Amino acid sequence: MKRNAWIAVVVALALAVGPLAGAVSAQGGSIFIPLLVYRTGPYAPSGIPIANGFVDYFNLINERDGGINGVKIAWEECETQYDTKQGVECYERLKAKNPVLVNPYSTGITYQLIPKAPVDKVVVFSMGYGMTAAADGRWFPWVFGFPTTYWSQASAVIRYIGAQEGGLDKLKGKKIAHIFHNSPYGKEANPTLEELARKYGFELTLLAVDHPGQEQKSTWLQVRRLNPDWIFMSGWGVMNQVGVKEAAAIGFKMDRFIGNWWSANDSDVVPAGDGAKGYKGATFHAPGTNFKVHADIVKHVYDKGKGAGKKEAMGEPLYNRGVVNAAFAAEAIRTAMGKFGNKALSGEEVRWGFENLNLTEQRLDQMGMKGFTHAVKVSCEDHEGNGPVLIQQWDGKKWNLVSDWVAPMRDVVRPKLEEAAIVEAKKLNYTMRDCSKEK
Amino acid sequence: MIYREAGQFKTTYASDQAIFPVVQDRWVVAALLAAAAVVPTALASDYWLQAILIPFLIYALAALGLNILTGYAGQLSLGTGGFMAVGGYAAFKLTTAFPGVNILVVFLVAGLFAAAVGLAFGIPSLRIKGFYLAVATLAAQFFLIWLFNKVAWFANYAPSGTITAPPRTVFGIMVTGPQASAEARYLVALGVAMLFALLAKNLVRGRVGRSWMAIRDRDIAAEIIGVRPLRTKLLAFGISSFYCGVAGAEYVFLYLGSAETLAFDINLSFLVLFMVIIGGLGSILGSFLGAAFIVMVPIFLTNAPHIVGLSLPVALLKQIELMIFGGLILFFLIVEPHGLARLWQITKEKLRLWPFPH
Amino acid sequence: MLSVLHAVFVAPFADMAASPTFLAEVLIGGIAAGLMYSLVALGFVLIFKASGVFNFAQGVMVLFAALTLVGLIERGLPVVVALLATVAVMVALAFGIERVVLRPLVNQAPIILFMATIGLNFFLEGLGEMIWGANVKKLDIGIPDESVQVAGILINKLEMSAAATAAVLVAVLAVFFQRTRIGRALRAVADDHEAALSIGIPLKTIWVVVWAVAGLVAIATGVMWGAKSGVQFSLSLIALKALPVLILGGFTSVPGAIVGGLIIGTGEKLGEVYWGPLVGGAIENWFAYVLALVFLVFRPQGLFGERIIERV
Repeated sequence: MKRNAWIAVVVALALAVGPLAGAVSAQGGSIFIPLLVYRTGPYAPSGIPIANGFVDYFNLINERDGGINGVKIAWEECETQYDTKQGVECYERLKAKNPVLVNPYSTGITYQLIPKAPVDKVVVFSMGYGMTAAADGRWFPWVFGFPTTYWSQASAVIRYIGAQEGGLDKLKGKKIAHIFHNSPYGKEANPTLEELARKYGFELTLLAVDHPGQEQKSTWLQVRRLNPDWIFMSGWGVMNQVGVKEAAAIGFKMDRFIGNWWSANDSDVVPAGDGAKGYKGATFHAPGTNFKVHADIVKHVYDKGKGAGKKEAMGEPLYNRGVVNAAFAAEAIRTAMGKFGNKALSGEEVRWGFENLNLTEQRLDQMGMKGFTHAVKVSCEDHEGNGPVLIQQWDGKKWNLVSDWVAPMRDVVRPKLEEAAIVEAKKLNYTMRDCSKEK
Repeated sequence: MIYREAGQFKTTYASDQAIFPVVQDRWVVAALLAAAAVVPTALASDYWLQAILIPFLIYALAALGLNILTGYAGQLSLGTGGFMAVGGYAAFKLTTAFPGVNILVVFLVAGLFAAAVGLAFGIPSLRIKGFYLAVATLAAQFFLIWLFNKVAWFANYAPSGTITAPPRTVFGIMVTGPQASAEARYLVALGVAMLFALLAKNLVRGRVGRSWMAIRDRDIAAEIIGVRPLRTKLLAFGISSFYCGVAGAEYVFLYLGSAETLAFDINLSFLVLFMVIIGGLGSILGSFLGAAFIVMVPIFLTNAPHIVGLSLPVALLKQIELMIFGGLILFFLIVEPHGLARLWQITKEKLRLWPFPH
Repeated sequence: MLSVLHAVFVAPFADMAASPTFLAEVLIGGIAAGLMYSLVALGFVLIFKASGVFNFAQGVMVLFAALTLVGLIERGLPVVVALLATVAVMVALAFGIERVVLRPLVNQAPIILFMATIGLNFFLEGLGEMIWGANVKKLDIGIPDESVQVAGILINKLEMSAAATAAVLVAVLAVFFQRTRIGRALRAVADDHEAALSIGIPLKTIWVVVWAVAGLVAIATGVMWGAKSGVQFSLSLIALKALPVLILGGFTSVPGAIVGGLIIGTGEKLGEVYWGPLVGGAIENWFAYVLALVFLVFRPQGLFGERIIERV
C-alpha cells in the first residue's frame, strides 16, 4: 500500500511538470477564441445551451464559409463550473494560444479579465452581462458589452410595463417588485429602477434572495402581502426555477412576472410545469428556430454529425444567445478584416473591429438572422450599442415573442453609466480616451 | 546513506532546539528556498505563476492559519472564508484611504482587523466544541459575507459592488494591480508565506503552542495544569484569523486582482479545511503539502489528457476529474490518515536507515 | 436612537398583531420549510448517531438519489419500478461505502472520517453527473404544487405533503430505533463501538444498514426538494440549510432534527419577513445560524443531543 502511494506521487509529480513544456501555441493561419464554458456544476443547465450555441455557430462558419473570409476559427473549450478561480486558470492556460477575444460568461470572471485585457491585448466581450459601466468605451477600450446592458434592460422592462398599463404616466402608484439574486449581478438593476420609480412615481420594492435561492418562502410571503402589480426578477441558477414555481404556487398572475435575460430559459420554467405558463422574460434576440441561420446550422453542422448538442434543444433562449454571441464576435472580426486584411489578426486589430462594428439589418439578413436580433452599431464612446429589448412569454411548451422591440431609456441610463464608468475606471487608474482621435 | 546524522553532535541547547536539527535538512531547506525564489521567477510561465504558484502560496498561508486553530488548538472552524474576506476588504479600504502606506504594512494591518473579528467570533468556542463549533463558525462566515455584500461602503460605493486591487509598489516595484508582473506578485507571496511559516513554527513549539496542544488534547486536564482556556482559545482564534486575514488580503491583491463577496463564500472555507486535513492536522509542512494537493491535483487532472494527447469533452473530463480527485482523497486518507505531512515524516525515517533497514 | 429601538422592538410586533392571518401564513410557511430542512438533517443524524461520522456527502447523496430516480423514470420505467431500483442503488451504495470508506478507516478520529466523506462527496458528484447529465429535470410526483385557501390562509399542498412525509419518516425511524432488534443494536453501536462489538453486534452490518437507511431518507428528501426546484445539481447545496437545524436539535437526536427544523424554519421566516426589511433583507441564511448559536450557548450539545460528559 505504502509503496503504491509513493509510486503514485512520483508519477503525479513527473506528469505535473509536463505542462511547462507543453504550453506552446500551434495556431498557424486561424483565429483562436477560447471558450470558457460551464457544462457541469450548479449552473450547467444555463451553461450547456450557451456553449452549444457558440460551438455550432463557429462550426457553421468553418463548414459553410471555410471560416471568416477564409480564415478558420479555432477554439478550445475550458470548463469553469462558473467558478471564478477555475475561469482564471482557464484563461491563463489558453492565453498561451494567442486568443484575440474572450467571452468570460460569468460576472466574476469578467471582473477578473477586465484589468488584464489591455495588458494581454485580449478583447473582453461580455454580451449582456459583466460590468455595466464598461459600456463607456472612452474609459474601457478593451471591454464590450453590446447589444445592451442590465440597466438598459431594466429601463426597457419598465417601458414595456408602462405600455401594458396604457402609458408610462399610468405607472404612477403602481407597485413593482424587483426580486434579485443577492450579489453584485442581482443588484445591477436596482439603481436604474430606483431612478425610474422616482421619475414615474411607481412604488418599487426590492426583495433580495440570498444565494443560492433554493428556499424563497419568506420572499414570496412578502410578495403575497405586498401584492405587487408587476414583478421583475434578476435571478440565476436554482433561484429561477424556485422563483417561478413559488410564484405559481401563490397564484401570482404569471403574465405580470418578468424575468431578466438570465432568468428566462427553458430550464428555468420546465420544473414548474403548467404553473409557469404565461411567465415572461426579457431578451435581445428571438427564441425558436424559425430563422435561416438555424436551418443552416442543421444543414452544415448537425446533418454532418458535428452538432454540439441535441437537435431538439436548438432554439432555447440561451442556445440562441450563444449563437448571437458567436455571430457578433465573428462579425467584429470580419469588420477588422475589412481594414487589416484577411489573415489571422492580433488582439489590437480585433479590438478595432469591435469598436467599428456596424451590423445593419441588411447584413443580418445576409447572415440569416433577420428578425432574430436587432441591428447594432458600436462606437468609441458607446460599447453598449443601446440595443432594444424583446419580451418573450412561455406558453407551456416554448417561448414566443409577445412584444415588439422595446427601446431602453437612454436619457436615464447613459448619464448614470458615464458616472459609474468614472468611478470604476478610477479604481484601475485608467485615463479617458479622446474619441475624436480614434480612427 | 547520504541522509544520516551520525557524527553530528549537539553541543549547545540552541543547536539541539533548532527547527532543523539535522544538517542535511538545513541544506535541503535552504536549497529549496533558494530554488523557490529563483527557479519560478526565471523559468515559469505566467500560467504557472498566476494559476498555480501564487494561489498555492496564498492558500498555504490561509491553511497555516486554520491549522493553528484546528490542528494545534483543536477548534474546528468553517469561518475561514469570512475571515479572509475581512482581510481582503480591510486591505482594500485601507489602501484606498491611505494610498501612501506601503502595501505590505496594509496587509499586516488588514490581518489585525481580521484578528479582531476572529476574536469576537471565537468567544462561543468557550462553551461549544467539536462539530457544533464548526457549524457555529458558519454563522461568522454567512454573516460576514452578507455584511460585505450589503454595505456598499466596504466597496467604496462602487456601482459594480466589487473591490479592485489598485496599483501599489514595494521598493519601487509594482506588486499589485494589473500592471504588476506575476514574478513580483509571486515573490511577495513567497516572502510573506515563508516569514509567516517561520513565525508559526516558532509559535507552536514554544509556550503558546504547547498550551494550544494541551487544550486540544484534553481541555479540562489542561485547565487543571494551569492553562487558561479563555486566553488560550481566544489567542488561537486571534492569531489564526490574523493569518487568514493576511491571506485574504493577498488573495485579492496578489491573486485575483478584483473580487466580489462570492469569491469568499463557504466553498473557500471548505477548501482551506480540506487542505489542512489532507496535509496533516498540527503540521506546518502539512499546510503547504495540503495546499499543493488541493490546488495542483485538479489542475493536473484537467491537463493530463491534453498532455497525453487525449481529447475528451470538457464536461466528461470535469466529471472524471471530480471522481479521481475524490478517489485520491480517500486513497491518501486510507494510506495515511494523519495526512501528507506524516507520510513525509515516515519517508524521512526510512531514508535515515536506507539502504540498510536492519 | 429611539426610532431604531421602535423599529426593532415595537413595529414588527405591531405588524404581526395587525394582520394575524398573514402571521399565520408566515408561521405555516416556516413550519413547512423547517420540516423540509428536517428531512435533510435526518440523514445526517442517522449516520452520526450510528457511526460518529459527520457525513459531508449527505447533500450529494440526496442529489444522487433524485438524479437516479428521475433518470430512470425518463428512461421509461414506471414510477414504482424506478423507485425500487433507486432504493436498490442506494443500498448498494451503502455496501460500497462501508467496504471502501468505513472499513479501512475504522477507529480513526472523527475529522478524518469527515474528510473521507468529502472525498466521497466529490466522487458521487462526478459520478452522478456523468451518468445522468447536468440538466434540470422535472420531477412530477403527482402532488399538484398549488395552494388552497383555508380561513383566508394560503396553504400549499406540496408543502403539506412534504411535512407529512417528514412526520411519517420520523415516526417510522423512531419505532425502528426504539422497538426493533436492529434498532437497539444501532443504539448500542452509537454508544460504544467496542462494547457493542464485544457482545457480538456485527459492526459492519450495522453500518451498512444505517447508511442504507440514510440513503432512503436521501431519496425522500430528493423527491421533496426536487419537486420544488426540479432535480439539478443545486440539490446538493441544501445540506447547508440543514446544518443549523442539526446543531440546534443535536447531532444525535431524531426528534431533535424535527424540533430543530421547526424552530429554525419559523425563526428564520419571522426574522426575514418582519426584521429583514430593516437591514435590506436576505438575512435568512446567517440568521438561522445565529439563532442556532444562541441556543448552543445555553445547551452546547444541542436541544436533544446527548449530554457531553467531560472527564480528564
